[in-house]
Amino acid sequence: MTTVAPPAYDDVTEEFEPVIGLETHVELGTRTKMFCGCPTEFGGEPNTHVCPVCLGLPGSLPVANKAAIEATIRIGLALNCSIASWCRFARKNYFYPDMPKNYQISQYDEPLCSDGWLDIEVDGEIVRIGIERVHLEEDTGKTLHIGGATGRIHGASESLVDYNRAGIPLVEIVTKPVPGTGARAPQIARAYVTELRDVIRSLGVSDVRMEQGSLRCDVNTSLNRPGDDWGTRTETKNVNSLRSVERAVRSEMIRQAGVLRSGGRIIQETRHFHEDTGETTSGRSKEEATDYRYFPEPDLAPLAPDAAWVAELKAALPELPRVHRQRLQTAWGLSDLDMQSVVNAGAVELIETTIAEGASPEAARKWWLGELSRKANETGVELAAIGASPRQVAELQKLVDGGKLTDKLARQVLEGVVAGEGDPAAVMQARGIEVVSDSGALAAAVDEAIAANPEIAEKIRGGNQGAAGVLIGAVMKATKGQADAKTVRELVLSKLS
Amino acid sequence: MTAISREEVAHLARLSRLAVTEQELDMFAGQLDVILQSIARIGEVAAADIPPTSHSVPLVNVLREDVPAPCLPREKALAGAPDVAEERFRVPRILDEE
Repeated sequence: MTTVAPPAYDDVTEEFEPVIGLETHVELGTRTKMFCGCPTEFGGEPNTHVCPVCLGLPGSLPVANKAAIEATIRIGLALNCSIASWCRFARKNYFYPDMPKNYQISQYDEPLCSDGWLDIEVDGEIVRIGIERVHLEEDTGKTLHIGGATGRIHGASESLVDYNRAGIPLVEIVTKPVPGTGARAPQIARAYVTELRDVIRSLGVSDVRMEQGSLRCDVNTSLNRPGDDWGTRTETKNVNSLRSVERAVRSEMIRQAGVLRSGGRIIQETRHFHEDTGETTSGRSKEEATDYRYFPEPDLAPLAPDAAWVAELKAALPELPRVHRQRLQTAWGLSDLDMQSVVNAGAVELIETTIAEGASPEAARKWWLGELSRKANETGVELAAIGASPRQVAELQKLVDGGKLTDKLARQVLEGVVAGEGDPAAVMQARGIEVVSDSGALAAAVDEAIAANPEIAEKIRGGNQGAAGVLIGAVMKATKGQADAKTVRELVLSKLS
Repeated sequence: MTAISREEVAHLARLSRLAVTEQELDMFAGQLDVILQSIARIGEVAAADIPPTSHSVPLVNVLREDVPAPCLPREKALAGAPDVAEERFRVPRILDEE
């Protein structure tokens, strides 16, 4: 442990240049597993989605899932990769109880897709991230560690394994090292994972939900002084949200700079990111150097996607997010800057869906970038996970447009929706929120206010309209803020004219 | 010439979680040596135009449709487990504590 205070981020990027790299795992949304017909549904009873193949029982033989192969090729094509005309699966040999076999079926030196790129937009500038490879493998089972502190593997006396997840198709997407990003490295890492997620979602091959683990990210980070060779890198795991991607890179840069400055050396190791502290700690040290003894999987025939098949898949690719966004920007009439803030807020799809549910582009954008973004920032959750759906936002706006809510009341209703109190109409009823539109009741409240403030009323009669504020305030108080202030003002003035 | 050393056998045994005695190290090193030398002879015969063979049948793209098939009943799935707890496979602790 070092007792020296960590350096400030600005000083880190002044003195060092970062190189980042990202390895992303995506669980495909196929109906069945990679090499057997077991269902992939999330949340089944333990060990109920298993069969001899995914349990690795003797004599069982794997057969590759065509839909998973096609999904991987489509991801490769969307990332501008070359598709191998011939490639094999490989066995990655290791003993660890999360795999029932003593190996994981993966791909080694012959990935299905390689050498592509993904363009991302950061501060209105296009940054091209090189893609090294996209390959297919099988997911592992889930282990429950017993006897250690808070379910951690350290100190555990035993582990319990559920193989429902073992064998679910997993696509690994590896970037080339990304140098030259400077102080923007954390931001670029996040923008990359965001864009990748959106691309994969647009392909419809995975639900890419980081919080459920269907999108997982490992972040490689190294630092070097300008002019020097690239430094030793660390691999940070357990990065489970887009926000964490950014924080993990940043905190690892700061940590490494602290070590390097004090004359220390960076050890090549796996580190774990902690959501609560925003810092990384050293992971389990491997007893010996990794030695997976990869060899071609003899039980699976090689893959040889012919040109016609690949061309067919390419022709059927949907509009990719960047193109889609450009189209939306035009349709919504936004400037580059305004569109960028929509993208940065993670609100493109939310606004799009809200409009599809009947709201105007202006109104949809106002709610998602205003009230809801603020709440998301306050509570540190992704905008999409804020608790209000596009349908609910559209309904809220409909109530405003129909005069049932003022903007101010709508914000209160939205607060209830976010708090999980139900749809806008239900929140209005439960909280007793409603614009007092009953003209009789409103007129009575105005009359009362006038009667209670004769001097003010006299002033207004005398032409001092500015004094109306006092009466409007009284009426609003009497109606518990549920009247439309503009209507009240008109009423007051008409009665005292 | 010995192609495989005692140390390499010990390393492989460790990776394979096999407890191998000192005498067995010598024995297996000798046996593995014979196997490797036999394979090496094939390498001598294979000309540049003969690609390494990983699969004995000339098949590619053996794929199945993405259609669910029945799973094992859980009792059967767990029947071969050395131990079971909470409907899961129970295994001894994974990490050697330092």
